[in-house]
Amino acid sequence: MGDLLAARSQMAVSLGFHILFAVVGIAMPMLMVIAEVRWRRTGDAMYLELAKRWAKGTAILFAVGAVSGTVLSFELGLLWPGFMRFAGAIIGMPFSLEGFAFFAEAIFLGVYLYGWTRISPRAHIAAGMVVALSGAASALFVVIANAWMNSPTGFQLQNGSPIGVDPIAAMLTPAAFPEVLHMLLAAYAATGFAVAGIHGFLLLRDSRNAFHRRALVVALIVGVPAAILQPVSGDISARYVARWQPTKLASMEGQFHTEAGAPLRIGGFPDVNAQRTRWAVEIPGGLSLLAFHDPHAVVRGLDAVPRRDWPPVPVVHVAFQVMVGLGTYLALLGIWIVIAAWRRRDLAADRWLMRAVALASPMGFVCIEAGWTVTEVGRQPWVIYGVMRTADAVTPMPGLIVPFLVISALYCFLGVIVAWLLYDLVMRSPVTREGDAAATAPAAA
Amino acid sequence: MATAVALIALVALNAYVLLAGADFGGGVWDFFATGPRRAEQRVLIAEAIGPIWEANHVWLILVVVLLFTCFPAVFSGLAIALHIPLTLMLVGIVLRGSAFAFRSYGSSDDAPQRRWGRVFAIASVLTPLVLGICIGAIASGRVGDMLDRLPQRGATESFVSLYVTPWLSPFTVAVGALALALFAFLAATYLTVEAENAELREDFRRRALWAAAAVFVTAFLALILAWSHAPRMSAGLIASQWALPLHILTGIVAIVAIVALWVRRWHLARVAAVAQVSLILWGWAAAQAPYLVPPTFSVGNSAAPRSTLQLFLVVLALGALVLFPSLTYLFRLFKSDRAREPAPERSE
Repeated sequence: MGDLLAARSQMAVSLGFHILFAVVGIAMPMLMVIAEVRWRRTGDAMYLELAKRWAKGTAILFAVGAVSGTVLSFELGLLWPGFMRFAGAIIGMPFSLEGFAFFAEAIFLGVYLYGWTRISPRAHIAAGMVVALSGAASALFVVIANAWMNSPTGFQLQNGSPIGVDPIAAMLTPAAFPEVLHMLLAAYAATGFAVAGIHGFLLLRDSRNAFHRRALVVALIVGVPAAILQPVSGDISARYVARWQPTKLASMEGQFHTEAGAPLRIGGFPDVNAQRTRWAVEIPGGLSLLAFHDPHAVVRGLDAVPRRDWPPVPVVHVAFQVMVGLGTYLALLGIWIVIAAWRRRDLAADRWLMRAVALASPMGFVCIEAGWTVTEVGRQPWVIYGVMRTADAVTPMPGLIVPFLVISALYCFLGVIVAWLLYDLVMRSPVTREGDAAATAPAAA
Repeated sequence: MATAVALIALVALNAYVLLAGADFGGGVWDFFATGPRRAEQRVLIAEAIGPIWEANHVWLILVVVLLFTCFPAVFSGLAIALHIPLTLMLVGIVLRGSAFAFRSYGSSDDAPQRRWGRVFAIASVLTPLVLGICIGAIASGRVGDMLDRLPQRGATESFVSLYVTPWLSPFTVAVGALALALFAFLAATYLTVEAENAELREDFRRRALWAAAAVFVTAFLALILAWSHAPRMSAGLIASQWALPLHILTGIVAIVAIVALWVRRWHLARVAAVAQVSLILWGWAAAQAPYLVPPTFSVGNSAAPRSTLQLFLVVLALGALVLFPSLTYLFRLFKSDRAREPAPERSE
């Protein structure tokens, strides 16, 4: 393995690992606050139990997210010193803002976790809300930094160095809005359905379990709206990519040749040597319609740029198909749940629905990994789109396979432990049945 | 303006050392927990660190972000030259944080608790050591030298002489040991204030005094070794005009800290320990001013464009407006004497 590939693999492992925890850190506090609010309103002790358990889970996941985020902030320099030297002054701003959001998140998570009996109920809920909001704000700022790599703005190039640096213009890069919106919705959808899926699975065994029924509802409140809105956000993102990063769009779609009225390809596998995408279901004019809202629009193919500027097309195409396919499943499932809830059906007792929810549990996270693969691999061979090649950003230190293996081993180890701890936490759930005395304590109010 | 930003970076590093440093020091005392009250010592440490360590850790993020935003060349240079120790430090940070969280919020069974406690303690010892080594390497000037010759001789020189020798020398190891001793000293001194019963307080008083002795030994060692391994550093520490008053002041607060521990004036000892550690840090900074990485990067030649620095100061001011009230609230809640009176409900 060459040094560049090792560095890219280490970055991929670090990002792929961190994103799981970051996403939970964004959405989980929301679940925990909703559960606490319901407990304070109804006096139903099951909700308190839920809030406490979710807070515990959040604490573990946040800690791992915080340290793996620290690793990334260092790795930007450890692996890509050329990139940081060029870009630090331009995109340091969103990272600095993220630093403060992270501060707020860490401080108020401490207050929330250790403050159950020390502060008033109102202050405790407020602390939880600050955690939820600053988690979202952190995501906003970090994704803005990534958006700048996709559509760099706020500077001019002179002899390969940036001049006229305008950090605010850099933050207002055209990719910022579509990327941030897509990521935030993804975080709520993935976490909501992951949690709902776990409890849905357990409800299949015991549909009257009071604890799991409440957990399911709260998780769906967070996950369903985000999953239903996500296709709209996806459309905004697609139109952004079509306009600003045509090569990435061509890779996502396996579009080798520039053509008017380009078809939408579902599935299939791009054969780079033959320059065509095989075995795809093609919908005539579909891609032109989706990308430009005009079935006859011209879509630029990979042939518009030299071959050395192509990303690894099959990876991008397959990752994109996975993301869209599973995302569609979540959106349709969301609509099913809304209809069932609207008809006042007992969701937990609907075995087919619970099977579908249980199946959805890992899907949101798979979507997120696939989506980041699309955006990161799709940007290659550039680290800053059109400005700096990834190969020019990498550290001069040889032997990068060693840190890659060290970090990978560390994260494999941590991943196994976290999975086991969460499994343990879920398996110790209360077994109170609906209607039992403990489950329906008299309302405090 | 670049100087202002550099001073802010130093303040943030100072905060990290005083706060997160003590959290690492707590881990050191977890490692060395002995005697009949071993379990109580560990509980006290965990309770002292629990609510605040995540927030304390963020100071490091702030230092890193500040460095790559306002001094991007310095950040990328350090990341190249110190790749190996920084990666080791990251492994330590990851293991320390995760192990602590697993122990606090995971299963309360005995065996995993002990196992995670072990990982937490060992990582808490290793991380400050490596952090100190990195600082020693910067101070010695070898990191700067390496970065200066990398463009010409990067291809011919050996891996070890480029990526290991600059940070691994008796001097840097002595600075690493000094950092470890300082963190342990801070933690023990804080814990004398936070302990709830007299016996525990005495345990940590003894530990603080031992750590103070270790600080003296390692500081002395580092100073001697600086003579041969970091000549620029020792020149700065000895020759410049502010050197003598600063050393005298550092010496005085160090003695005050020890005497206060001796006569059991806990709060005074804590104040003196904070002052002592801060003065050592500022002494290092003053000795290499105006360089961030001597002899290569100075505040003047490595700063980001003016537009970035200006905006950064604005962001910092706004951030501080949110940060300081929140931090005050956090520490009031968990660290004031009043807060400790009602026994906190232990989350199962």
